[in-house]
Amino acid sequence: METFLPSALDLARFQFAFVVVWHFLFPAFTIGLASYLAVLEALWLWTGRAVFLDTYRYWLKIFAVAFAMGVVSGLVMSYQFGTNWSVLSERAGPVIGPLMAYEVLTAFFLEAGFLGVMLFGMERVGKGLHMLATALVATGTFFSAFWILSANSWLHTPAGFELLSDGRFVPADWWAIIFNPSFPFRLAHTVTGAYLTTALIVGAVGAWHLLRERQGRRERHDAGMESVADPGWPGRSILEPGTGQPAAAQSRPGSAPTERGEEESEAGPNPRARLMFSMAMWMLLVVAPVQAVLGDLHGTNTFQHQPAKVAAMEGHFETERGAPSILFGIPDAAEERTRMQVAIPRLASLYLTHSWNGEVRGLKDIPRDHWPTNLPLVFFAFRVMVGLGLLMIALGLAGGVMRWRGRLYDTPWMLRWATLMGPAGLVAVTAGWIVTEAGRQPFTVYDHLRTADSVSPVAAPAVATSLAAFIVVYFVVFGAGIWYLLKLFRQTPKPHEGTPPKDQPIRTAGITPAPSVQAGSNPGPQPAE
Amino acid sequence: MPTDLSGWALWLPLVWAALIALAVLLYVCMDGFDLGIGILFPFMREKADRDVAVNSVAPVWDGNETWLVMGGGGLLAVFPLAYAVVLPALYMPLILMLLALVFRGVAFEMRFRAEGHRGQRWWDRAFSWGSMTAAFMQGIALGAFVQGIEVQGRAYAGGWWDWLTPFSVLTGVALVIGYGMLGACWLLWKTQGPLHRRAAALARPFALGTVAAIILVSAIMPFLQPAFAERWLTVPNIFYAAPVPLLVAIFVWRFFHALAQDTGQGGIADARPFLLALGLFVLSYVGLGISLWPMIVPPAFTIWQAAAPPASQKFVLVGAAVLIPVILTYTGYVYWLFRGKVTTETGYH
Repeated sequence: METFLPSALDLARFQFAFVVVWHFLFPAFTIGLASYLAVLEALWLWTGRAVFLDTYRYWLKIFAVAFAMGVVSGLVMSYQFGTNWSVLSERAGPVIGPLMAYEVLTAFFLEAGFLGVMLFGMERVGKGLHMLATALVATGTFFSAFWILSANSWLHTPAGFELLSDGRFVPADWWAIIFNPSFPFRLAHTVTGAYLTTALIVGAVGAWHLLRERQGRRERHDAGMESVADPGWPGRSILEPGTGQPAAAQSRPGSAPTERGEEESEAGPNPRARLMFSMAMWMLLVVAPVQAVLGDLHGTNTFQHQPAKVAAMEGHFETERGAPSILFGIPDAAEERTRMQVAIPRLASLYLTHSWNGEVRGLKDIPRDHWPTNLPLVFFAFRVMVGLGLLMIALGLAGGVMRWRGRLYDTPWMLRWATLMGPAGLVAVTAGWIVTEAGRQPFTVYDHLRTADSVSPVAAPAVATSLAAFIVVYFVVFGAGIWYLLKLFRQTPKPHEGTPPKDQPIRTAGITPAPSVQAGSNPGPQPAE
Repeated sequence: MPTDLSGWALWLPLVWAALIALAVLLYVCMDGFDLGIGILFPFMREKADRDVAVNSVAPVWDGNETWLVMGGGGLLAVFPLAYAVVLPALYMPLILMLLALVFRGVAFEMRFRAEGHRGQRWWDRAFSWGSMTAAFMQGIALGAFVQGIEVQGRAYAGGWWDWLTPFSVLTGVALVIGYGMLGACWLLWKTQGPLHRRAAALARPFALGTVAAIILVSAIMPFLQPAFAERWLTVPNIFYAAPVPLLVAIFVWRFFHALAQDTGQGGIADARPFLLALGLFVLSYVGLGISLWPMIVPPAFTIWQAAAPPASQKFVLVGAAVLIPVILTYTGYVYWLFRGKVTTETGYH
């Protein structure tokens, strides 16, 4: 019977992979989105232009939903270590536990506390304090990434500890623990990945609305409702002031310039969609190539500390000087070779050792019980990540060229491409996560504690039951949440986005942007003594 | 107190046990009332009432729940052995609690946004059942924890159904009723009109149920482990422990008095039942502490046996000493910002 059932270890591993991949989809998006919101609000305060505030409010609703899902799926993570990996927790807890405790103290409370203020609107706390709340939430997401990636990196490249005879890891040097060898690279690569993920989603939403609007214009034109041919709006970037018509002329009659700033020109394609698309394309143009460099640095660091992982990523079984870079192939652990190779000679040596003739260790020179347990998974996930990264760089360059030619907002093929690339960041981040985590198997604390020795003494049926429950609940709940997010993306970003009508209860509330409490100026029938 | 320890090794676990106990108490008090809102949903049929009730906790529930992460994360950092033994022992109830909290947390956002009557009903149910299940599983976990955890060496040695006993079911039910009481008292404070009267009417039976549960659990406790009986029922311990049940009696009396005097006029009078109900929770918690002290994994490990090395405890303590007061300050600020009654006018859309 045992032969048919997966072991408690396999089930626990799959459970962790399942809940952590689901979880990280949300922070991968919200880390960047929090910063984007802070930038939008700062730009609004600086320039007073309504388009920034409208775009801010559009994404704030989306942030609230995505953040809520990140919070509840993260709560699960903080208990997974104990429920399913109790031996790891007991032995490495004295080292990684404090890092996670700092994450709660510096990040989670900050985010949860100020999210309420951020969502509840400016009317109650004033612009300055509201900006501060947005900035604090963004800072919180960064602190969170800092501490959890420090703990994660320590498991990959443990440092600054002593190993006691009973198998426990005890801290010796906190600086060395926190800034362990792989941490700076992992932090830079992951946070940049999160920023790109957000940029791709924001860009896709902007592009999709530009496309849809264009389609609408064409249909109206075909129906004879618009007599003039598509004007095209060449090069009209709202980031370049002065290209629109005089703002005053655009103001509706009788509407004096308000504190929201002067009315934005509504001529041309939706200025909010243009803003999203334009900012996203700048971001890709600059940051996607930077990410490639960071990825290379991270890879070189991994090559020094976890050569087995790099050998699995590259599909190298033989140790070679001038090792080739295998573009495609099928790693076969049993035959100890990568079948059906398509390779570029010497390239791997060049980017791993920065020399044409550098020696690259292959799996055959690494003890078999140090090999990652699933070689094809590491190999293919790596190619998915790199492939998508190259597509991101290409999209950024295409955006740069089109902007230079003044056709950024009306090049249909590029808008379609950008729309399709929307989920590319999420996929790439997940693939990267799989590369690094499947690649450090069969260890939890690299070279010191094996995954098989880390698992909780919980019976397989218990792990199987909980795994089934996680799968059902996550697909139902987060499926509904993501479906709802997609519906929010479909909503056209409008002027006066999400502004409460005057003299109405204001918007508010922790995770929900639901109006709940009356405005500060009118605290209701409060103390009535 | 262990006699073979001195200095940091003696004091750090004491300080940390107090801090983690505080985090768990804050969690129980704060998430208790917002879980209570969900527990009371079956008694609130009107959509408008439900909206007001949910909106009254919407700005703060996320922060409230963070104390649960603090409790778990703190345990891993400074009492890793307790974390590694207790969590596998309470595997099923904890996982069910987490899943229930997932349902409920997302329902906060979705019940306002779902289109159509059916969608809203579905998310209302997710919110209500999620809240009840989370509370029930927390109570079960508490009962199973108090009854004792089977340990061999440095690991849990029991089965995966050990947590299910008549006593743990009792504590599970007790916590659902207790959170219901907190929820009712919170609504009594934060709402007005018909919902306020409804909350006052609900507070009474839930409080009676809570008092009955406190008496029942207290009566059973001494028979669970000999150490508990010795702690409560022998001289001179009985004199040190006696103030707790006496204070419970006084709080119960003041609570029903405050409830009887309720006018719904606003002001501090409306907050009184809620504060007294919190007082009952704090006293019950202190009572539990008296029974368990100094065990962190009853009956196997004391706080000193389960503690991480002083280097770990010191490192986090530096941060906690600075950050916990800061956290309490801005949490208080957010509560202050959202003060006052919540009304139907402030309903969604």
